[in-house]
Amino acid sequence: MVENVKELLKLHEGIKHEVYLDNENSTVVPQEVLDAMLPYYGKLAYGNPTLTHKPGWEAFTAIMTASKQIAESVGAKNLEEITFTPGETEANNLALMGAAAANPQKGKKIVISEIEPINVLNVTDLLKKQGYTTTKVPVDKEGTLSLEKLKEAVDKDTALVSIHLVNNEIGTIQPIKEAVEIVKDQNPAAIFHTDASDAYGRIPFNVQDLKVDMATLSSFKILGPRGTGALYIREGINVERILEGPIGTQKLWPGIENTPLIMGFAKASELAFSNFNANVARMRYLRDKLVNGVLQTMTDVKFNGATGDRRSPDNANISFLRCEGEALTIELSLKGVYVSSGSACSRRLLQPSHVLVALGRHFSEAHGSILMKTTRYQTEEDINYVLDSIPSSVERIRGIVGSTGVD
Amino acid sequence: MSRVPLPYTAKVLDLFRNPKNLGKMEDATVVAVAGNPACGDMVTFYLKISDQEVIEKATFESYGCAANIATSSIVTEIIKGLTLKAAWEDITWKKVTEEVGGLPSIKFHCGVLAVGALKRAIRLYFEKKGAAPEWLPKDHTFEEKQALEEEELAKMLSKRLKTAEEEKK
Repeated sequence: MVENVKELLKLHEGIKHEVYLDNENSTVVPQEVLDAMLPYYGKLAYGNPTLTHKPGWEAFTAIMTASKQIAESVGAKNLEEITFTPGETEANNLALMGAAAANPQKGKKIVISEIEPINVLNVTDLLKKQGYTTTKVPVDKEGTLSLEKLKEAVDKDTALVSIHLVNNEIGTIQPIKEAVEIVKDQNPAAIFHTDASDAYGRIPFNVQDLKVDMATLSSFKILGPRGTGALYIREGINVERILEGPIGTQKLWPGIENTPLIMGFAKASELAFSNFNANVARMRYLRDKLVNGVLQTMTDVKFNGATGDRRSPDNANISFLRCEGEALTIELSLKGVYVSSGSACSRRLLQPSHVLVALGRHFSEAHGSILMKTTRYQTEEDINYVLDSIPSSVERIRGIVGSTGVD
Repeated sequence: MSRVPLPYTAKVLDLFRNPKNLGKMEDATVVAVAGNPACGDMVTFYLKISDQEVIEKATFESYGCAANIATSSIVTEIIKGLTLKAAWEDITWKKVTEEVGGLPSIKFHCGVLAVGALKRAIRLYFEKKGAAPEWLPKDHTFEEKQALEEEELAKMLSKRLKTAEEEKK
């Protein structure tokens, strides 16, 4: 099977220009971030932060400094409120399973939105075995949570509420501040968690202002290295470990700390926030150029999700009707344009993206959807290249579809 | 819910880039469809069949992934010149999968769907004629059953989507 893929890669030889827009699923790590990480593999702080020697104390200092920086970036009170985890998936698992385990007295109901990230959906499925039931609050056709339905869903038996701040597929910003008020009004004891991975570094937010109890952050979603992330847990909220092993600086996540990744995460955060407004303006400019370029020149295309200030500045999600998404991702890959699709085929499931389905999209709209996320490192030339590549690629796939599959 | 790696063969990619016998056939003797857009996989076969029951020409259209396009393309190539009996007996999803150099297991159903559409076309030919030959089994083959199953699933999904859509209005 590896041989197959080597052959496929050969077919990509001779690509003139490459543009990576699949920043939803992994990213290029900028050189500045790599430069910040490298010393921690061999020059300093390569020790275990709990041990009594120079490299150990260096590691302790490095991790505490990174922790304080991440804490400040979301408005946490102190660094003890930040737990480094191996990523968003692990942080969401810790938040939900750890809070469920630590608070058995709080009732057996969980409330989430119907467009939560997969890892939240999967964890709530797992918690069924422990007697929890989950209510999925619907969203409107732009993906905004229904606050009315949220109010109906939360009662005295609600132990946990988990609603993301920005949707990873369609970029819709959720009214989390209002959601927290409603939840706490219905049940002050309910714990509110938000997966803020797609909001971090894109929209300004502060955990004190939102009044959330827990928030998930991901390193790779802000162009840091994969394999690290963090969970903010408000002081006073009880969460238990979900894994056991040697405990070091991270009381809720056992195992030896990965100092270089944590330092890369901190550097990525520093870069995202030191020039926040300009970074956001850049992402938005490129995203708008991309979206407008497609919508203004092509027929049978639909924009998915919210617009304007209710959408994350980097997210573009467009459905190409009469065009199957996985086929389109391959066609674009052969031209050096890397994107992902909400198609059932590319999801290895018969059902397309649960997010687009929740918006009430038609099959052909969900199967022909393409997700693209811009970064501040991309150029105008990159977007022009993408805009040159998309129409001919879509037309070729539409040529194969012909009159088949038009619902 | 998960994603798995999709190590397509160069043959699959080649057929995806340069599909053979693509497009609608205006003077087709029979036209058969398998799959449903709800599954993200749907294929239409157009067959030109001679009075001697030989497939003179076959074309296809595919609303599907690279595996669906590649397997459909290969089916239209290998059935050309075959009698309906030979096509019925020789063409299985396993053979089609081998012909494209293998498929990731999650994509086997794409080849199954292509063969399902072919078998439907052959059945349809004899239905139109009003006389089925002895070699044509009354019961559905594996590929036809699978196609039906996928379509049933799509109908269920379709219903769920429609309800969700109405609620949004």
